[in-house]
Amino acid sequence: MLRFALRRLALMVPVLVGLSVLLFAWVRALPGSPARALLGERATPAGIAQINQLYGFDKSIPQQYATYIGRLIHLDFGSSIRDGRPVFGSFVEQFPGTVELAVAALLFAICLGVPLGYLAARRQGGPVDSLVVSGSLLGVVTPVFFLGILLKLVFAEWLHWLPTSQRQDPRINATHITNFYVLDGILTREWNSSWDAIVHLILPGIALGTIPLAIIVRITRASVSEVLGEDYVRTADSKGLKPSTIRRRHIMRNALLPVVTTIGLQTGLLLSGAVLTETVFAFNGIGAYLYTAISQRDYPVLQGYILFIALIYSTINLLVDLSYGVIDPRVRVT
Amino acid sequence: MTIPVDTGPGIAAFAGTADTEQGDSLWRGAFRRLRRNPAAIIGAVIVLAFVTVALLAPLLAPYRAASTQWADQVTPTTVPGPSPGHLLGLDRYGSDLYTQLLYGARQSLIVGVVATLIGLVAGLALGILAGGLGRAADTVVMRFVDIMLSIPGLLLAVSVVAILGQNQVSVMIAIGTAQVPIFARLLRGSMLSQSKSDYVLAATSLGLRRRTIVLGHVLPNSLGPTIVQATLNLATAIIEVAALSFLGLGDPDPAVAEWGRMLVAAQDRFSQSPQLAFYPGFAIALSALGFTLLGEGLREALDPRQRR
Repeated sequence: MLRFALRRLALMVPVLVGLSVLLFAWVRALPGSPARALLGERATPAGIAQINQLYGFDKSIPQQYATYIGRLIHLDFGSSIRDGRPVFGSFVEQFPGTVELAVAALLFAICLGVPLGYLAARRQGGPVDSLVVSGSLLGVVTPVFFLGILLKLVFAEWLHWLPTSQRQDPRINATHITNFYVLDGILTREWNSSWDAIVHLILPGIALGTIPLAIIVRITRASVSEVLGEDYVRTADSKGLKPSTIRRRHIMRNALLPVVTTIGLQTGLLLSGAVLTETVFAFNGIGAYLYTAISQRDYPVLQGYILFIALIYSTINLLVDLSYGVIDPRVRVT
Repeated sequence: MTIPVDTGPGIAAFAGTADTEQGDSLWRGAFRRLRRNPAAIIGAVIVLAFVTVALLAPLLAPYRAASTQWADQVTPTTVPGPSPGHLLGLDRYGSDLYTQLLYGARQSLIVGVVATLIGLVAGLALGILAGGLGRAADTVVMRFVDIMLSIPGLLLAVSVVAILGQNQVSVMIAIGTAQVPIFARLLRGSMLSQSKSDYVLAATSLGLRRRTIVLGHVLPNSLGPTIVQATLNLATAIIEVAALSFLGLGDPDPAVAEWGRMLVAAQDRFSQSPQLAFYPGFAIALSALGFTLLGEGLREALDPRQRR
């Protein structure tokens, strides 16, 4: 297992180095000089000279890359052109919001998707199966932002059941320790603050979780129906094991392997979907900030955030691969 | 945003035995199976309707695209609904909504197809490099693909538009770029699994050049899964075109009708005139559904063993 983990970890090194080169080149590939591109409409000769000196754009390319890496190691990702805040600082501040949203979306997708997929596989060809399969197809093809707008209209503007925007009602005036609002409420025992944060997560969570839900349903269904035909399930059945034991120990344990990988692969989708979802719901996370950065061409923020997102995405994929090795011992040897 | 394609050795093995005569029967058999699959038929009908609308938009549309001549009928609180002259009413800029929807199909099709072609060509090139040129090339290309895959697709597209500037061509390149790793992996996998097959061994022992084997034998036999993936990617591309517009990175030309931008424009009139968002939203979902159904139908038809 250790060798498997180390080998998998080593594979990440070239990806990270390549990514840093790519993002380094990215700012230099922007139209005009990098300093001008970074400053955009706010470019003045003095500003350009200052940026050139700050980022070392006047030095040679290898020297620039060395400086760039040196800064990355010190977690210095520059500052936003728009509001002057350090990129790393705002990321750390906003990331908990996106994590809460992604967790809400994944909970929705897994808690609904795995049972539905199992049910569909068990009733393959029946009406329940057809309903689940066509529902999941609709889920895959509906754009996140359209679904978000629809949910907002129905549940917030027509029915007034749920809030339309923000992470929490500003009137609550909650104490924030970790910036995970739900967790903060629990830590400070301000239960209404936790509850309010949860209520604010429902609509964006559903909007963001629908595509993963649809995918999890389909993978679970395919995987369970494959396992159901295996000899060991028949053997377990003829041994007279209880159906619940067969389901848990023989069917689900084997069928869930592809599902776990799929869930891991969803994180990329969740992170880019978060940009769209947070924009629709004015949800204060990295996505909404990234959206502003995109519309304002705030390149240091774009560059830094894309690097962080790629890092997180690669790390989660690494963890998924490792967890795969834990759940399925067969993976370790190959 | 489509289901990742499982490229098991099935199709390769299946196609591997086929040559000229049997090759025909593979495709003919696939077509026969496709016709018997109701979901695929529905998908094909939607795709056909979408393509027809896109191609014939100037003939089908009652008015010129983006003509805002009824702008005086739109007030800050109301947008006129259906009327005899306007089947679906007006949009918030005073254009005919039906006309805009038809022209939106044209835009989605053009950008989607060109983007997928870009992704396909670049992905195939990388895949051939990786799968056909030996180990060193394989390692280099696949690490490069890994780097591309480490950035979620939509954000990769966003970065590309940021570099190339905001216009239709860069939107196409951006969405195509996000598809490159998918095609590259697909083709490499397919080529690696086929390089162990008997017909490649036979071709090698006949003394054929590597290039001839790769381009003349392995590549044609990987065609099936590639076509399937391209169809599925068209669905993703249509959604991503709209997503880029939604993020404000779409084609900036106001004379071009685009579903994603129609959705954005509809947002601030949403509680009074929800139809402004419904129609473009459904249009995006429906055309994506068509390509998804057709693509999955094709996959099952080309490889019945993968049927789920």
